[in-house]
Amino acid sequence: MDFGPYLMLATLEGAVTAAVLALTASGLALVFGIMRVVNVAHGEFFMLGAVLAWWVTDLMGATPVLGFAIALVVVPLMVAALATFADMTILKRINYDPERTIVATIGILYILQQVTLMTYGPDARPVTAPFNTRLALPWFERTEDGISLYWPWGLSITSYKLAVIGAAGGVLLGLWAVMKRSRLGLMMRATEQDREMALAFGIPVERIYALVFGMGAGLAALAAVLVVPIQQAHYLMGGDPLLLSFIVVIIGGLGSLPGTVLAALLIGLSDGIISVFFSPTLAKILATLLVAMLLVFRPQGMFGERRL
Amino acid sequence: MSVLVAKGLIRQFNGLRAVDNVTLEIPEQQVRALIGPNGAGKTTLVGLLSGRLACSNGRIDFLGRDITKVPPHKRIAMGMAYTFQITSIFPSLSVHENVAIAARRLCRNEKDTRAVVADALKRVSLAHVANTDAADLSYGHQRLLEIAMGLSQSPRLLILDEPTQGLAEGEVAEFIKLIHDIRQNTTVLLIEHNMDVVMQVADVVTVLNHGQVLFEGTPADVQANIEVQTAYLGGAHVKA
Amino acid sequence: MRRDVQKNLLLHGGVLVALFALQFVLPAYHHGNVARIMVLATYAMGYNLLFGYVDLLSLGHAVFFAAGLYGMGIAVSHLGVSAPLGLMIGVLAGGVVGAIIGALALRTEGVAFMIVTLMFAQAGYLIILYFGEITRGDEGFVIQQVDRLFFGGDLSDPFIRYYAAFTVFCISFLSILALLHSPFGKTLIAIRENQERAVMLGYNVMRFKLLAVIFSAALSALAGATYGLLFGYVGASFASVQYSIFPLLWVLLGGAGTALGPLVGVFFMFYLIDISSGMTTAYMLVAGVVLVGLTLFAPQGLMGEIRRRFWRWLP
Repeated sequence: MDFGPYLMLATLEGAVTAAVLALTASGLALVFGIMRVVNVAHGEFFMLGAVLAWWVTDLMGATPVLGFAIALVVVPLMVAALATFADMTILKRINYDPERTIVATIGILYILQQVTLMTYGPDARPVTAPFNTRLALPWFERTEDGISLYWPWGLSITSYKLAVIGAAGGVLLGLWAVMKRSRLGLMMRATEQDREMALAFGIPVERIYALVFGMGAGLAALAAVLVVPIQQAHYLMGGDPLLLSFIVVIIGGLGSLPGTVLAALLIGLSDGIISVFFSPTLAKILATLLVAMLLVFRPQGMFGERRL
Repeated sequence: MSVLVAKGLIRQFNGLRAVDNVTLEIPEQQVRALIGPNGAGKTTLVGLLSGRLACSNGRIDFLGRDITKVPPHKRIAMGMAYTFQITSIFPSLSVHENVAIAARRLCRNEKDTRAVVADALKRVSLAHVANTDAADLSYGHQRLLEIAMGLSQSPRLLILDEPTQGLAEGEVAEFIKLIHDIRQNTTVLLIEHNMDVVMQVADVVTVLNHGQVLFEGTPADVQANIEVQTAYLGGAHVKA
Repeated sequence: MRRDVQKNLLLHGGVLVALFALQFVLPAYHHGNVARIMVLATYAMGYNLLFGYVDLLSLGHAVFFAAGLYGMGIAVSHLGVSAPLGLMIGVLAGGVVGAIIGALALRTEGVAFMIVTLMFAQAGYLIILYFGEITRGDEGFVIQQVDRLFFGGDLSDPFIRYYAAFTVFCISFLSILALLHSPFGKTLIAIRENQERAVMLGYNVMRFKLLAVIFSAALSALAGATYGLLFGYVGASFASVQYSIFPLLWVLLGGAGTALGPLVGVFFMFYLIDISSGMTTAYMLVAGVVLVGLTLFAPQGLMGEIRRRFWRWLP
């Protein structure tokens, strides 16, 4: 393949990564923005989403399309319920103390991961996509008669991947509308601004916290359900989304939703394109160091008022 | 030589000038009192002098050296000592260890440190509680502990932020005696609400109002000045 | 006061004597375990120095352990350096990495400090994988028996190995006790108790914290280098996040800011994991449950609770 088509392919693959990452990271950003806690178990909620999606579609064996549709609705709700439960039984009891919350969510991380290992097992299992048409894409070349289109071999994308991009975009728009337009979003933003004041105005802050923690986990799970037909479900798959979400949330300006989505696009796209030139490990090293340096040298600049 | 010279100090908080063009000069061996109604900018001004806050504008010289940009710990190391308005000690450590932490930086060995600590505790009459945890002291004793921590550093300038706040009458009398003892070899900047104390110990009084120097003079001058009286109207601190 | 000192001497002396004596009664399997526990406890003590006494919670100490492990391993296996010199190179590597990461990470505090240390450690782990030709990546490499001679003593021999682990543990344990009683240690504790006051007493708090990070890193690296020499294996898994979580877990379990906490924490956790890994592959479940349980019910850890309830004189 020539360089041009190759780059376009990398960009398209990058857009899929970016879409999934934007969903996952906005869950983490939501929790950090409103509750001021860092959820280290976020990647495990992603993993649970994928594993449960496999479980649901497996139960529905005969009708994979219907199974997947059910998984898409039910699995995020299941994961959100579990996260809400964890919030009420653990995080609330330690008063959302930032450092102790990190330690507790590390504990939750291991509990979720290891219980999955005990029940689901160590295998990676695929989920069939509900539809998966291969769409060949055209590229142009300069010939003696001017510019003409042709279909290079290998330059294609599946309809499912396009649907993932669309679905992620739709969900993010919906989330944005909820935050900006609804009464619930108003209460969330009030809690974010000033917890004490929100309490004084009769906003049920505790319930908002539980809900937000559940929503954050639900978004990660939804992203995982979307991605599981492309990537298999495995009990250790939570590590990468966690690290990437961290990076995205930090670059995006901790807690800001539009910033997070923008950063996810940047990271997702450049991940696809950079790995054309560098080894993926080197790309990860550079990204990790870059983010650490950002936190060290531009904490105010990135977070507005110093939030961490 | 003046121990401390501050010229044109300004500190803004979101457009509000908490300290507005303050100039101040404290000569050696003086006890300078800084008074003013609540919110006059006293604590902010002391924050600028000790380096806990950065100046928006102006210049501070300490012992003839420009310290405007010097971080607080270096100012202390140069010979400033600072006691907090809100008691700030090491609660879980013993009284002795509290003072030792203050003294140790300047001592060659632990034996020296012990001697300096014992001396400082004797001067504030806390020798008998040296092994008690600081948290278990009465409030008045904690204030004295703060002063002992200041004294043990043998400072060139001792800044005391409202040292008599919350003290009983007898303790205030003890404190006045202590200042007379300290003034033998130390310059003192005293932020004080209690006018009785100011009248008895200060050589010169600076009156701050709305972040500006309203008046500067001897305690007797201050008492006679009508402007100062007006500034205090409503604040019931002027007894004389 | 004096009686407390006596009790302390008796307790800590007793623990050291017991550790020494254990080797004569333990069956072979547990003999090896206790040697391992003593080395890991050294790592935990390095972590506790920072977490327990300076109140800095790092999520990236594996990078220091790995610096010692690989510093030693590469020097001994690739450069043909002798084991004692390799050990020193390992400790030095840890100190240097600690100085660099400390100088950067200390510009942040609280949650940002935790994330920055995590990120740096992750970068360290990836760097080890990236230079797979030297480090052999995930697979790791074995340190040959001929390279594990320490002044004539063969460190692969179980009894010499036990002595070596015991010596490293003792030296670290006693140096930490001495450090805490030195002016430096007392200043560190003062900074933990009331940082603002320490600044206003003229202490350069950043310098003290940086030195604490360097000591902590060097001690962790000593543990890493010793581990490699005693057990003959160097691998990237020791640089992974899990090995940053372990010292936090050990110290939380044993009791942060207590002298014996790290040993107690490693001991209990080691056997908890040892027993549960006999029953299931998902043995890290124990770690998760213990972490959550500790944050909820016993944030002071075992020795911390003992100190709070019974023995107020414990250091």
